Amino acid sequence: MTELADPDVRAVSPARSRYQSDEFVARLRRRYAAEQRFKYAGMAAIGLASLMLVVLLGSIISQGYTAFQQTSIALDITFDAAEIDPQGTRNPEVLAQANYAKLIRDSLGTVFPEATSRADRRTLSDLLSSGAPFELAMMVRDDPSLVGTTKRVWLTASDDVDQFMKGFIPRNVAETERRVNDVQVAAIDRLASKDSIEKSFNTTLFTAGDSREPELAGIWGAIVGSFMTLAITMALAVPIGVSAAIYLEEFAPKRWWTDLIEVNINNLAAVPSIVFGLLGLAVFLNFFGMPRSAPVVGGVVLALMTLPIIIIATRAALKAVPPSIREAALGIGASPLQTVLHHVLPLAMPGILTGTIIGMAHALGETAPLLMIGMVAFIVDIPGGFTDSATVLPVQIYMWADSPERAFTERTSAAIMILLGFLVLMNGLAVFLRKKFERRW
Amino acid sequence: MTTQTQSRMGATMNAPSALPAVPVKMQARDVKVFYGAKQALKGINLDIQENRVMALIGPSGCGKSTFLRCLNRMNDTIENCRVEGRLTIDGDDIYGRDIDPVQLRARVGMVFQKPNPFPKSIYDNIAYGPRIHGMASHRDEMDEVVQKSLQRAGLWNEVKDRLREPGTGLSGGQQQRLCIARAIAVSPDVILMDEPCSALDPIATAHIEELIDELRENYTIVIVTHNMQQAARVSQKTAFFHLGDMVECDDTEEIFTNPRDERTQGYITGRYG
Repeated sequence: MTELADPDVRAVSPARSRYQSDEFVARLRRRYAAEQRFKYAGMAAIGLASLMLVVLLGSIISQGYTAFQQTSIALDITFDAAEIDPQGTRNPEVLAQANYAKLIRDSLGTVFPEATSRADRRTLSDLLSSGAPFELAMMVRDDPSLVGTTKRVWLTASDDVDQFMKGFIPRNVAETERRVNDVQVAAIDRLASKDSIEKSFNTTLFTAGDSREPELAGIWGAIVGSFMTLAITMALAVPIGVSAAIYLEEFAPKRWWTDLIEVNINNLAAVPSIVFGLLGLAVFLNFFGMPRSAPVVGGVVLALMTLPIIIIATRAALKAVPPSIREAALGIGASPLQTVLHHVLPLAMPGILTGTIIGMAHALGETAPLLMIGMVAFIVDIPGGFTDSATVLPVQIYMWADSPERAFTERTSAAIMILLGFLVLMNGLAVFLRKKFERRW
Repeated sequence: MTTQTQSRMGATMNAPSALPAVPVKMQARDVKVFYGAKQALKGINLDIQENRVMALIGPSGCGKSTFLRCLNRMNDTIENCRVEGRLTIDGDDIYGRDIDPVQLRARVGMVFQKPNPFPKSIYDNIAYGPRIHGMASHRDEMDEVVQKSLQRAGLWNEVKDRLREPGTGLSGGQQQRLCIARAIAVSPDVILMDEPCSALDPIATAHIEELIDELRENYTIVIVTHNMQQAARVSQKTAFFHLGDMVECDDTEEIFTNPRDERTQGYITGRYG
């Protein structure tokens, strides 16, 4: 206190002038300049990252948005009773087995009477999807009174016509260089002039399973497969992961073996995912004989992969709860378990949820381990249970990207958009839950 | 206020002849505490009398908080912490087999240095302890426990209209009284306070000191403090700790006016600490 009277300290002026010297001012300016440079570098990094994101999203969307539309062709179909149901019994089995392809051929014959040769008629039939007769069969099954009438119906066009309509198959090249020949081009033009060909929203993409024909292929089977797999993953990984983290963080004594476990968990999080697939193949398929391509096996494998992520996130969230809360609860006689369940866990919840959802999003986008356990199979049916054969979204994308048809290119991008949509949804959920459960202390 | 407290304290000080009759609530005999290889307490002997305030003073790192935390076994939560010697409450060995730490902590409540209310409503902060100990079977009983605890802690009039609001929204001093109310709610015999006013402003501190003096009627209180004026104001007995030893324990007046050990003398006159 008495130092103020000290003569040494009173000699302030020379010391102060040191901070006003040219050298000091120059150094100060250099410090500010360094700060500015750092700021610009950071802004440049963010700009570059944003640009890459825009390029990525832009290329996917520009390639994929056309897949949400599908060309269809309107034909006046005569549901000839003699052809469909000669006995007149309206027996569904008979109705289902009728030759609907012939109805389509007859209808095309009336629209294009000039096409008499067998080759031309076949070429015209190829305008329509190979699934078109099946669509007619479904109509008759749903409404047997159609038999004996003539009705204008919209039928799915083949993928080549669809691509032609979308402009991916150019008109002005030699006939041999495009998949739509001159006869078909003329026919499409004729249909267009009669407003009998148009693009509409592609519901098939969202309701159908996989198919070899792009116009009949849909993502629904993969979505169902993905969600069954994720359900198994979540049911296994969340309770096990959270319990393990609580034990390790709150109860386990600090010994060499807990350190060992911790190191191993951290390393497991960095193990390439295909290794988990190999493990699943060796243990679940070969040893336990579980079904191939099934969501239950996929879910177990992804749960093994997600466990370390959830454990690490949960431990971090538990660590972040201030120790004063634990002391407060223990201090009034709460048991250690009550302390954790009543006070620590609720406070750690936002962090745990975020970690869990990020782990789940990770699992949703995982491909490699599922290839190993056979979820890469070509599966047309929508899976009806956890042991049915199924595939998942990223694997579906992988398989479509591998298909040669031009129409699968846009569907691949569309599937990527759908997958990204689900990921955005899950991350949005994580943000929402974090905001909802966040509490001050 | 200060004069009031002092005069009230003076009244108890003036009757030293009554002190021997006061029963001993807690007793420490040759208590040694080790953190791993490091010894924090070197054999403490101390008697804590019932319905008295015992102040533990001493420079930082002298072991007074460590000793306090032995009294309700909060040291159990610290890895590598080992306690030797004998500590009793009402003759029961605190570290004995038949005493459960959870049960003990309900008997020996604690108030911490930094106010640490749960991030819940004021009501739930108080009700939590009675609820887990099954002390109130239905709502009315619980309401009564909450009201009584808050009244004893001198907080009722300030919060009675906002019991559903979060306890963390109160001021620092109110939060600390809330923590005291929370400790009272489980009806402990002893309340341990670890520098309860060090994070508070002088007015809030005065409030708490007043409260401590009132609580003495029903509870035995052990308070660790860095503030010697505070020790002088609120306590009847003072123990001076230094480097893991309990140097001197006597009536507060004796310690502050006539210390026997020169280390105590040095500390209370501000030569170190």
